[in-house]
Amino acid sequence: MTDLIGLTLADARTALLEKRVSSMELTGALLSAMAAARPLNAFVTQTPERALAMAAESDARLARGEARSLEGLPLAIKDLFCTKGVRTTAGSRILENFVPPYESTVTQNLWGAGAVLLGKTNMDEFAMGSSNETSYFGPVANPWRAEGSNQTLVPGGSSGGSASAVAADLCLAATGTDTGGSIRQPAAVTGTVGLKPTYGRCSRWGIIAFASSLDQAGPMTKTVRDAAILLRHMASVDPLDSTSVDIPVPDYEAVVDSGVKGLRIGIPKEYRVDGAPPEIDTLWQKGADWLRAQGAEIVEVSLPFTKYALPAYYIVAPAEASSNLARYDGVRYGHRARDVRDIGELYERSRGEGFGKEVRRRILIGTYVLSAGYYDAYYARAQKVRTLIARDFDAAFTGCDALLTPATPGPAFALGEKTQDPVSMYLNDIFTVTVNMAGLPALSVPAGLTMGGLPLGLQVIGKAFDEAMVLRVGRALELAAQFRAKPKSWWLA
Amino acid sequence: MSVDRETVLRVARLARIALEEDRVDPMVTELNTILGWVEQLQEVDVREVAPLTSVVAQRLKMRDDEVTAGGDAAAVTANAPLVEDHFYVVPKVVE
Repeated sequence: MTDLIGLTLADARTALLEKRVSSMELTGALLSAMAAARPLNAFVTQTPERALAMAAESDARLARGEARSLEGLPLAIKDLFCTKGVRTTAGSRILENFVPPYESTVTQNLWGAGAVLLGKTNMDEFAMGSSNETSYFGPVANPWRAEGSNQTLVPGGSSGGSASAVAADLCLAATGTDTGGSIRQPAAVTGTVGLKPTYGRCSRWGIIAFASSLDQAGPMTKTVRDAAILLRHMASVDPLDSTSVDIPVPDYEAVVDSGVKGLRIGIPKEYRVDGAPPEIDTLWQKGADWLRAQGAEIVEVSLPFTKYALPAYYIVAPAEASSNLARYDGVRYGHRARDVRDIGELYERSRGEGFGKEVRRRILIGTYVLSAGYYDAYYARAQKVRTLIARDFDAAFTGCDALLTPATPGPAFALGEKTQDPVSMYLNDIFTVTVNMAGLPALSVPAGLTMGGLPLGLQVIGKAFDEAMVLRVGRALELAAQFRAKPKSWWLA
Repeated sequence: MSVDRETVLRVARLARIALEEDRVDPMVTELNTILGWVEQLQEVDVREVAPLTSVVAQRLKMRDDEVTAGGDAAAVTANAPLVEDHFYVVPKVVE
């Protein structure tokens, strides 16, 4: 076993079960890779001691023949999932020293299946961002650089640390969360696989809330099969989240190789946007050709309200965020301002100091659109537009099994390139956000490289709770794309 | 609809977020950029459309009304910046 850190989740699982490697060896190799990759800034908190203790327990279980499904497999966890006794920051100063007294349901499920925690990954503050540049703990670097260039690129966001860690082989797989594209967009620009499940598939309990009607946890992995494996163990119905759905969790891995023969794949014409680089269109066409060659029928579909999804999202998400983030008061937990005169100043200064620029901006937008006299013009209207977006998908899915679209409007961009204009940053989510508005599952699969050598992804969108179909189509794309490229390890220099 | 300085200060007050003086004018510009951009929603005819309140067709679940957790004041207050005998300490609010 020479290249331990490069293993997929599935191959590492086999290697452990066949005793070709121990979890201690695997965990140790990944901890070394993680320690050597500090220039990427992918982790906010590394937990080597806990990792080795968990690995030792896994090795004991493997030796006794009592291995659970993810026994001994080291994972990175986005720092939005509360982990009992391990600092959880949401990428914010306001939670810089927060140590949760409880465990999120998703991570509890993973530890219950035997997985090992390597550390908590960096992210945009409160998951608000598309480049990981809003983190209080500094930006994350994308392991990828354009050919012949030394310029640092962003890894996308908000799950930028998880994407970077998976792409650079610092973990076997990672968790992310996706409110408007925060799993799929970073996956696409780092050459990794990211799956946002149907709203309600994974419990949101213990995940620090951003926009409660949109947030959903999902896997970020090296392969589609790995996403199938991880999702099965992240998903559950949970009495602690009344929006988690009581539908059995299928064995996604068992259907991942079923192929696309006879399936109808929809191409939504509204996803062709002006100003997108021609490479995006070419790759999209290629994706359709790959599926057709494997026996799928390609049909054009129409989602006429697509262009309104992003502006509607930027009313709904900030509105929900302004309400969710009201809990940070400098009293019960989190940053507290010093030398205040009264309780009002305590709240205002603790929040003013504790929240970064983008979070403050979104809270103010949310407060404004919910304030007296504006509610109908903004929030109520956005929720109605959301109905129209959901109806678009319902209509499209009467004639096809899944949809194929580009994942992002372009490859990874440079640090600082889009921080001056919030709307230009928001446009990164133009292809991903519609799915959150309708609650549907969607997968980003690496499908090719730009002329400059940067990864691009394709997105597969499915019907509600049909993650199996999304994974199946994703696997067919993966087979055809044969994406084998890896970033050069410049961070080791 | 566009916002002015006064509106931004009022909204910041409602949100209990202190804005440094030199952040107020940039915030006015940023909010107007965003609000100007979402203005395109006004062109959608939503007269006969109900707002979407849940993306998943599911009835809200009921649970038994019973205590399932709690009774650990030390754990609950462990993250508080200032605590005395398991009470949160705040500046005086009643004279």
